[in-house]
Amino acid sequence: MQSAAVITPSTLSVNDLPWQIEWDKDTCTLCGRCTAVCPVSAIELGVHRKRTVEATPALAKKPTNSYSIYHGIRQRTDPAYHCIGCAMCNMVCPNNAIAPRLRPEATTLKFHNNRGGAARTRGGRRNDGGSLLDQIKFIRISMLTDPALDAGRHEFNLRTLLGRIQPPEEGLAALADNAWVPAVREIYPLMIGSMSFGALSPNMWEGLVMGVTYLNEEMGMPVRMCTGEGGCPPRLLRSRFLKYMILQVASGYFGWDEIIKALPDMKEDPCAIEIKYGQGAKPGDGGLLMWYKVNKLIAAIRGVPMGVSLPSPPTHQTQYSIEESVAKMIQSMSMAWGFRVPVYPKISGTTTSTAVLNNLVRNPYAAGLAIDGEDGGTGAAYNVSMNHMGHPIATNLRDCYENLVISGKQNEIPLIAGGGIGKNGNLAANAAALIMLGASAVQSGKYIMQAAAGCLGSEHDRCNVCNIGVCPKGITSQDPRLYRRLDPEKVAERLVDVFLSFDTELRKIVAPLGRSTSLPIGMSDGLGISDYHVAERLKIKYVV
Amino acid sequence: MCRLFALSSRDPVSPMRAIEALNVMKEGHDGSGVGLFLSDLGGPFGEMKDAPILSGIFTDEGLNCLDAYMGERGFVTRKTLVLEPRTKAPLGTPLRGTYMARAYEMPADLKAKSKAEQELAFMLMRVELRRMGEAAENIRVFSFWPDTIMIKEVGDPMAIGEYLGLDRPELDCRRILAQGRQNTNYAINLYACHPFFLQGVCTMTNGENTAFVPIREYLLSRGFPGYMGYQSDSEVFAHIMHYTINRLQFGIEYYKHIITPLSDTEMEAHADRALLARIKQTCRKLIIDGPNCVIGCLPDKTMFMVQDRKKLRPGVVGGKPGIFAFSSEICGLDAAIPDRDQNADFQPMHLDTAIVRPQCQEVTICNQLQSLPRPH
Repeated sequence: MQSAAVITPSTLSVNDLPWQIEWDKDTCTLCGRCTAVCPVSAIELGVHRKRTVEATPALAKKPTNSYSIYHGIRQRTDPAYHCIGCAMCNMVCPNNAIAPRLRPEATTLKFHNNRGGAARTRGGRRNDGGSLLDQIKFIRISMLTDPALDAGRHEFNLRTLLGRIQPPEEGLAALADNAWVPAVREIYPLMIGSMSFGALSPNMWEGLVMGVTYLNEEMGMPVRMCTGEGGCPPRLLRSRFLKYMILQVASGYFGWDEIIKALPDMKEDPCAIEIKYGQGAKPGDGGLLMWYKVNKLIAAIRGVPMGVSLPSPPTHQTQYSIEESVAKMIQSMSMAWGFRVPVYPKISGTTTSTAVLNNLVRNPYAAGLAIDGEDGGTGAAYNVSMNHMGHPIATNLRDCYENLVISGKQNEIPLIAGGGIGKNGNLAANAAALIMLGASAVQSGKYIMQAAAGCLGSEHDRCNVCNIGVCPKGITSQDPRLYRRLDPEKVAERLVDVFLSFDTELRKIVAPLGRSTSLPIGMSDGLGISDYHVAERLKIKYVV
Repeated sequence: MCRLFALSSRDPVSPMRAIEALNVMKEGHDGSGVGLFLSDLGGPFGEMKDAPILSGIFTDEGLNCLDAYMGERGFVTRKTLVLEPRTKAPLGTPLRGTYMARAYEMPADLKAKSKAEQELAFMLMRVELRRMGEAAENIRVFSFWPDTIMIKEVGDPMAIGEYLGLDRPELDCRRILAQGRQNTNYAINLYACHPFFLQGVCTMTNGENTAFVPIREYLLSRGFPGYMGYQSDSEVFAHIMHYTINRLQFGIEYYKHIITPLSDTEMEAHADRALLARIKQTCRKLIIDGPNCVIGCLPDKTMFMVQDRKKLRPGVVGGKPGIFAFSSEICGLDAAIPDRDQNADFQPMHLDTAIVRPQCQEVTICNQLQSLPRPH
């Protein structure tokens, strides 16, 4: 008997890994495409020695052994090379001979993904398939007390306002006096959430911007996209398409040298400025672009050296009080564009969001509040932050909206909700539920990546390697060998598909509720849920 | 569905004329209730135009509370009209107490105050009386306002008309709003019965308001004590009109721009696009989402009808110089003013506001695409 290999505490077997490779020797052609494509080198060429015992019945002859060698695949069990379940091996296999299978009961790897004392970092999402938003039903159906509307033929106005809206008396007086009024944009209520140039590959970004432009200029849908913290390509800054972009400034100020330099050459104002104070996927943590992805282009746009990790601080360096510093930052940003551009903060969902909101209510320049719930995604974060930190979006949003209703400001400060919208594919239903709970607009990033670019991430810890630049679809990679897999034209096409189908579904939800002339913001009487405590908490109907 | 009928006449007419019109439209409503707004009164009340009239239903205990309340505030009764029942109560109509309209002499200190202060005082007193009587249901007040009487009850409009003797000459008046149905979309409650009154503004509505909850929340948060109640989704139409003329100082022509603003494309070609865009933006929470036909009367006795953005409810206006009527159905109009020129009947569409001024000379149609009078 052969002696066993050395067994260390972190020596794992394939059965200890959640994603296990199934490989069929008979159909495998040994073409080698699977091992070449695997982004994490989880599989390698296996040279297998096989012994066959040849014995005759009743041992008429003494048994003999024959030895053969066959070639195939071996799954590596070193935790550093565990299979991530992306299934690119299956995608490239000509004979469908290989595929990863999820074995959720195999949890041993979880205890060994901190080699060298480095806590696990990854991209992706919270890895929790549960969704409260999916449970919300739309229950106020118009039929006889008022006729249902026709989603296909009636006139619908499903736009929202981004910017500080004055109370009627003040707004009308300002018009009469020709006084300054805050900038307000009429936009589509589904916004593309902040994903930076750097987190995303150049092809992905180009595809998104092309798709957004097409939606605006050909389909008449005022869709807006937030840049995330990473600046904006210089040509885009100087183009007329800037008006479709929301520029984000965050605690690292990455990319803002280029933006400020481009100011005198800008042909259009950006749609808005988003000041990021927090992110749902990693609340209390700054942004993170790991060194793998900081190539020459990214370094140039961000104004940093190549090949260094770019962690943004958890907070803005100038910030010490919400009353003063946030107000100052909003004012500084407003001033940079002559008070013609809405400026709003984005925070992660937190029990302190109502305190932030109440402060913004008293600041006449604050153009809104974006709240990102715990189900938000990210390109890179510590696993613990992603899985355990943060506040669900539904109650956070509802509390904020109710606060606005108490102070009578519900039309004045738009709330933008994000984090987990469409996490299980129900984008329009989740968006409509949040709008009826009080959101003026919703932001989505992950769904857009999945639907427009084919991101493989799921709530089962699949892929999630956005942080190290090996995205097998080329969505979050800065390696041209990978991102050339992604055709920007096709991304743009898919983005348009996503928005058009979303628009149809949104109409299919609001039409039976008898709503068409304005977005049903805060129409909570139309919502129901079969969980009593949730119904009580959200002040919607309890239905069973 | 509710059926609505409104009359504007140069000379006082009996409210029964409106009740009869409701009766011919009976196929369209369930006869479950009636609400009446009577203003610009003839008869004895017409001779005391400045005296606020309290309308409501009171138990004996409620009357005692009322007398004590009004006495404390220095209000002295000038005239009381009790609608003594003339028949047995119709089936389904409960015995609630005394149906009464009582005109008061204001105390001297209130008389010395401005009209706005007086109007605020009347409204606050009505709201306070309503709250006082809510728990024991011994006081129900529908209006407290000069030259205005309101009556509401559950039951068939014609039967209620005969029961309360609404043909009595003291009730003759020049402006009538009549609605034939108890609100059945929400709990049965007299306060949910149209028309709704607030400081001289009165409206009634056909159709359910799907944007009710956000509008109610918005009005409740305006900090005005009269924006209360909302037992019916239709009450918000009266309060939006009140907000339009009292808070925003706009005329009737602007009401439709607030509840059903033009689309951006329509607005682009409008002479007042800057103002309209600002109204649409700042008053966004007051946008209704139909299907609704709203008929109402303003403090200056102008009467109007507007439709929702898709014109999903019936409504017609017609008449002859001296008397005009607004009706859910043409048969109602035929019953009330048979000798009019039917060719001149007008059914307001999705952009129209039909207006009859107190002189009752003509129907003016204000289309949302027309330019607007400057706000005063």
